[in-house]
Amino acid sequence: MPEDLAIRTEGLTKKFGDFTAVDHVDLEVRRGEVFGFLGANGSGKSTTIRMLCGLLAPTEGRAEVSGMDVREHPERIREVIGYVAQFFYLYGDMTVRENMELFGGIYGVPEDELPGRIDRWQERLDLGQYSRVLGADLSMGMQRRLSLACAVLHQPRLLLLDEPTSGVDPLVRREFFDVIGELQDEGTTILVTTHVMDEAERCNRMSLMDRGRIVAVGTPAEIKEMSGGRIYSLEVRDLAKALDLLQEREGLRQAQPFGRQLQFQLAQGGDDEAEEIAAWLRDQGLDVDDPEPVRPTIEHTFLTLLGGSGSEEDDGQ
Amino acid sequence: MSGDDLAVRTEDLSKRFGETVAVDGVSLEIPVGDVFGLIGPDGAGKTTFMRLISGVMRADSGQAMIAGEDVIADPEAVKQRMGYLSQAFSLYADLSIEENIDFCGDLYLMPRDEVQRMKEEMLELTDLLRFRKRLVGRLSGGMKQKVGLICALINRPQVLILDEPTTGVDPISRRDFWRIISQLPEQGVTVVLCSPYMDEAARCRHLAMISRGRILAEGTPEEMRQKVAGTVLEVTADDVRAASRALSDLSSVRRVTPFGDALHVQVEEGREAVSEVRRALGEAGVDEDEIHEMVPSLEDAFMDIVTRGDRVA
Repeated sequence: MPEDLAIRTEGLTKKFGDFTAVDHVDLEVRRGEVFGFLGANGSGKSTTIRMLCGLLAPTEGRAEVSGMDVREHPERIREVIGYVAQFFYLYGDMTVRENMELFGGIYGVPEDELPGRIDRWQERLDLGQYSRVLGADLSMGMQRRLSLACAVLHQPRLLLLDEPTSGVDPLVRREFFDVIGELQDEGTTILVTTHVMDEAERCNRMSLMDRGRIVAVGTPAEIKEMSGGRIYSLEVRDLAKALDLLQEREGLRQAQPFGRQLQFQLAQGGDDEAEEIAAWLRDQGLDVDDPEPVRPTIEHTFLTLLGGSGSEEDDGQ
Repeated sequence: MSGDDLAVRTEDLSKRFGETVAVDGVSLEIPVGDVFGLIGPDGAGKTTFMRLISGVMRADSGQAMIAGEDVIADPEAVKQRMGYLSQAFSLYADLSIEENIDFCGDLYLMPRDEVQRMKEEMLELTDLLRFRKRLVGRLSGGMKQKVGLICALINRPQVLILDEPTTGVDPISRRDFWRIISQLPEQGVTVVLCSPYMDEAARCRHLAMISRGRILAEGTPEEMRQKVAGTVLEVTADDVRAASRALSDLSSVRRVTPFGDALHVQVEEGREAVSEVRRALGEAGVDEDEIHEMVPSLEDAFMDIVTRGDRVA
């Protein structure tokens, strides 16, 4: 495995009975990058992460973390990774500090160093005043902070974050990403899953997963380029009717409501074609403004590449 | 605005839990047919406000009217006119999608044929038709959320109240969700939701920002963006983190937020700020590709207004 890779998988596959949750995934995450691991609910992201942690054995293929095969060295891998699961998995009947002491101990932080590290992370994540509060009594945002703190006490080289900011507000999210940035500065590699597209913007590179497969990899700019045709926004009086009409029309990829605006994506062409669509809506008796071009976002690409598949519905459950 | 055009009106609505004032004198007017988003940080009072206006929880003081009915005086009358989807809503895991919807219809004493018609229409719209017989216990989060929405709409409410409807839901289910929401205003249904997500807020017609129980700002998403103090510059640089470090301590810079390969740099009004930013980057040896003024994002507005903590006109 090349020195500069923190994660490399080759044909990584996990089957549960007849259902293939992860389907021949080839993934390379470079040392020191923040990598966004995107995909629909049930597309196989969490299963992949659990295999990378050594918590779940692959059915086929291989995965290396920090140069070590996950099958051969599951214990050593646990020493170099930190993992934050999607749901709060810490002890509700233990205080913030007790949870940190327990996790520090499990991960083998030297006893003389542990109190100092706990103090540092309590302060960094504003957990200090909650030190004696029980895990169960913390707000969602505080539980997320505590989960992160417990995962980084042993100074992992690779941090795996599974939807770390689900349900938290922009202030907490920003703080999380500030911490992620600091960890990156210290040389930590971070792989993070999210459904929040502006969070994906903050990653160096990302992948999109669909029904167990990786369907795109790139920087945020490269991913946006993959959104397909150009995107326009229209102000229209009768939004629902316009949406109905556009569903029927050829040459369109996506049409979706956005406040009072309607956004649509062309399969081909640019301003002239967009004008044509506006004119056509007017012919149907709708009150429509001139279309304005919209900068593509990661969400556009997400919907273009994964939107038609209904992947979450076919999750084989 | 006369009372008839209002789907929701609150006046000085307040709720206290011990020492904490969760909702502190909130007065809001939400017109019929609006899609209204209440946004704010963790613990700002969003969920409490939703519970107060839906009659699930009683206010300490103030007034709340929903579809012309007084929530505090007659919470039962309000329930006939309202649909409410809470964060912790529950469906019957051992019943199918279809059975859950039918059951909900029965609870509201809806005529069977009307429930049937609604159900077909909604299942089609949400892409759930082929899963109608699947047990709810075996659905993913996004699908459950869509079934919850159908159940909340089954009594044809005039006002639909949604508490963080798409937390943890992927963009595809979110799109399906918003397909339904966008059809409601034309049918005369008013939607009131709260969310911690700014990309969801961008889909609303009007927004109010709440922090520590008080409303700090109101307006359309476009108007909210304009409320940011000063100017926001978009700075693209090869080394975004180095650029961020170089700018954070400048006196004219209020806030630096990384967005992928760019930074949003909120600066004091005026020309000098741009040159100061350029100079600081040069001194730090950071190659900047481009600096230009941008329309602030909703997230920029959120951070600015919540951090300042005062009511913004």
